Amino acid sequence: MNVTLTVNGKPYTRDVEPRTLLVHFLREDLGLTGTHVGCDTSQCGACTVHLNGDAVKSCTVLAVQAGGLEVTTIEGLGTVADLHPLQAGFWEKHGLQCGFCTPGMIMSAAELLRHDPDPSEATIRHHLEGNYCRCTGYHNIVLAVQHAAAAMRERESGQAADD
Amino acid sequence: MTDRTDKYMGQALKRKEDPRFITGAGQYTDDFVLPGMLHAAMVRSPYAHARITGIDKSSVEDMPGVVAVLTGEDVAAAGAGPIPVGWLLPDLKVPPHHAVAQGEVNHVGDIVAVVVAETRAQAEDAAGLLAVDYEALPSVALGSAALEEGSPQVHDDVPGNVAFRWEIGDEAALNEAFNRAHKTVKVRLRNHRLVPNAIEPRASLAQFSPASGEYLLYTTSQNPHIHRLILAAFVLNIPEHKLRVISPDVGGGFGSKIFQYQEEVIVLLASRLLGKPVKWAARRSESFVSDMQGRDHESEAELAVDAEGRMLGLRVNTVANLGAYLTLFAPAVPTYLYGTLLNGVYKFLAVHAKVTGVVTNTVPVDAYRGAGRPEATYLIERTVDVMAHELGMDPAEFRRMNFIQPDEFPYQTPVALVYDSGNYEPALNMALDMMKYQDLRAEQERMKGNNKILGVGVISYLEACGLAPSALVGQLGAQAGQWESSLVRVHPTGKVELYTGSHSHGQGHETAFPQIAADELQIPIEDIDLIHGDTGRMPYGWGTYGSRSAAVGGSALKMALQKITAKARKIAAHLLEASEEDIEHADGVFRVKGAPGQQKTFSDVALMAHLAHSLPDGMEPGLEATAFYDPKNFVYPFGTHVAVVEIDTDTGVVKLRDYGCVDDCGPLINPLIAEGQVHGGIAQGAGQALWEDAAYDDEGNFLAGTFMEYAVPRADDLPNFQTDHTVTPSPHNPLGVKGIGEAGTIASTAAVANAVMDALWHECRIAHLDMPYTSEKVWRAIREARQGAGMGQAADD
Repeated sequence: MNVTLTVNGKPYTRDVEPRTLLVHFLREDLGLTGTHVGCDTSQCGACTVHLNGDAVKSCTVLAVQAGGLEVTTIEGLGTVADLHPLQAGFWEKHGLQCGFCTPGMIMSAAELLRHDPDPSEATIRHHLEGNYCRCTGYHNIVLAVQHAAAAMRERESGQAADD
Repeated sequence: MTDRTDKYMGQALKRKEDPRFITGAGQYTDDFVLPGMLHAAMVRSPYAHARITGIDKSSVEDMPGVVAVLTGEDVAAAGAGPIPVGWLLPDLKVPPHHAVAQGEVNHVGDIVAVVVAETRAQAEDAAGLLAVDYEALPSVALGSAALEEGSPQVHDDVPGNVAFRWEIGDEAALNEAFNRAHKTVKVRLRNHRLVPNAIEPRASLAQFSPASGEYLLYTTSQNPHIHRLILAAFVLNIPEHKLRVISPDVGGGFGSKIFQYQEEVIVLLASRLLGKPVKWAARRSESFVSDMQGRDHESEAELAVDAEGRMLGLRVNTVANLGAYLTLFAPAVPTYLYGTLLNGVYKFLAVHAKVTGVVTNTVPVDAYRGAGRPEATYLIERTVDVMAHELGMDPAEFRRMNFIQPDEFPYQTPVALVYDSGNYEPALNMALDMMKYQDLRAEQERMKGNNKILGVGVISYLEACGLAPSALVGQLGAQAGQWESSLVRVHPTGKVELYTGSHSHGQGHETAFPQIAADELQIPIEDIDLIHGDTGRMPYGWGTYGSRSAAVGGSALKMALQKITAKARKIAAHLLEASEEDIEHADGVFRVKGAPGQQKTFSDVALMAHLAHSLPDGMEPGLEATAFYDPKNFVYPFGTHVAVVEIDTDTGVVKLRDYGCVDDCGPLINPLIAEGQVHGGIAQGAGQALWEDAAYDDEGNFLAGTFMEYAVPRADDLPNFQTDHTVTPSPHNPLGVKGIGEAGTIASTAAVANAVMDALWHECRIAHLDMPYTSEKVWRAIREARQGAGMGQAADD
């Protein structure tokens, strides 16, 4: 089947088997290997991407279902030269160790901060319960999200003051 | 002149490796693609024990994309030997462990055949449809059940299912100690089985080049050099220099990626047979039945004390379930990594332990984070709490009065080890203060009888890590050395590459090792990078496990660096026309004492070492050094952890409310990284106490084969952790460092378990329940106890 979708701002058209999952499409057809596969039951969240702005587990979406939609992966969130505040927060607060769950964790946290710019610790923990991390004990991930939230609020208020 | 000795060591630097991980640019094994690559899928046994009576390859050979079907016969014909055991005990019975089963399968998930196809989906489609005939055989899953008269035999050549019987300590001395006892307690404990569950599933990608006869293997490993050795020398008979093993970014290991697995043998063989690269990547459901599992002890522990509450002796009898095959470290874990740790932090007259290693029809058990030491710590610390409760003593005070004292080190235990250094009471005091222990006890009293009750678990642990003199481990059965090697290569510009045989899969080596080097070389850390995980770039090593990277790998690095600075100082002296004794090395420059302005930078020296236009007479050009470091002893980190749980007596739900700990791993190279290791360790250990359970039914059917049935801790299951540390350097190694990677797990299972049992003891005098403390189990226990039916040792099933 033919599918056309936009990934990180660029349009792609590919011929795929109907059963191809979005995560495999991203990794294997587009070579965007930042999105990871950690389980087969949609529990671990390592494959979390944004689909038209919402965080979804890309192992539960068929590539063809994403036809016509906008996908953002970790590669589209920020670059080393221009890190997204969450990427900077995870670095600053040691919110990662092996790094395997990190892209999915960041994509999931990004959705939270879009809806709630000042989440409590409990809210962060609740929001991230669909993303497993086996390395950090989540402690530093919570700090990383809080750090990013503060940075984003500061940036917002700075922009507001400029306006 | 500024003293820059501590500019980098001890600083909580952000990690150098993180930019690639946070931008999705990490490269894990499954991310690699080689031209013409084929995909392998494993056909795995649905039976715990069965005879394979037929495999019909023609059932799938015509399916789209299928290139080959390989059976045990094919693999044997291609010359693959069984996977060896890396630690041999006297009279050890070792059943052959073939890459693909030959005639018989011995656990659910055992590999029956391999399908290779053009795409992964095609390979998996065909693997699911391959026609295999089985004749089911009787099977057994529990270690103690496998020892019973008339139990099904797992392997014909392991009579009675006993792989080994092992003991340590002086039994006569122990009996003598018990004869003097004022009081004894006996506790039966199950340290249940776990799945390590690194979030990156295992994967391997092999390429054979017929023209050169060289093999390349990308694999998710904690120690590529061990794989090179085992695959080359023991399994595939490949000349060692023709096999390059690369373990690129690895998504966590926790022990589960130490071992030589069947799939690595299979992809290498398949690539040779088919002339194309072959990749395999596990589904999580495969990981559950093919990654080595952890723990699985059934034990009886007896503790004796005198009238003052001083510990006299500890008697331990343990059945260790090894699973269907003996894997790389399997015999070492329940013996030398467990039995020798049963002394804990206490002053005993005698300790004696018997361990029976048993084979069953379950996934093999090997090292999982802590490996033997969590099992020992759980047994000791749970038994100590039962005794404290029986004596009516505060558990923390009972521990304090029995600690080995700081002036007693080095300390010879009754179970072989000589502890290097320790000072246990400050860590206990700090942890109790941190958690406001007395307030917690008051709160516990206030809550008694409510529908929310409080439990406080205090444990003091010790671990042996940084394995350990090669000659000693050789005597004990290791088929490996335990040294580590390092290479320091200084480029003409003064930029430096460090190479280590240790491996990072989340522990931050790419930052911590350069921190050591930057201080020794007195240059900026930005000029230094670490290379690891590639046998083609780093000749030798033994990898990362047992918290050995800093103590052993870091020490090897320190030694190589010292060779570099010694040579650089000679070159600088020569260039400055000064005597070597007059050269000072600081702030990145070599200066002549008392002669301001007379100096050469590190990069001046590096350039001259390479140009060789002016070197001391007879000196070799270049600036490069290798060191091999063989540790003088294990190192012995220790600490006290305190867990606080709240139990809802109406529902049995246990909530881990607070957690605090004070660890001592000697000087910290990077406190940020060390603390992160502790956090992750606590989560994994708490996971065992409260949720995780690799459950089998009696016949060896695996009941927890996905994350739907196996509960690992989620973000909202855990609190923030409070951590602190004391510093007691090891006298044995050049950095004084110990190890911290496993401490959290070693301590937290026991701390959380003691917290739950503390609540249940205070509320209704339940002496012991086995982990994990699921809501149903806790609810039933409370209900039965309150009805007066479950006093004392409560039923657990």
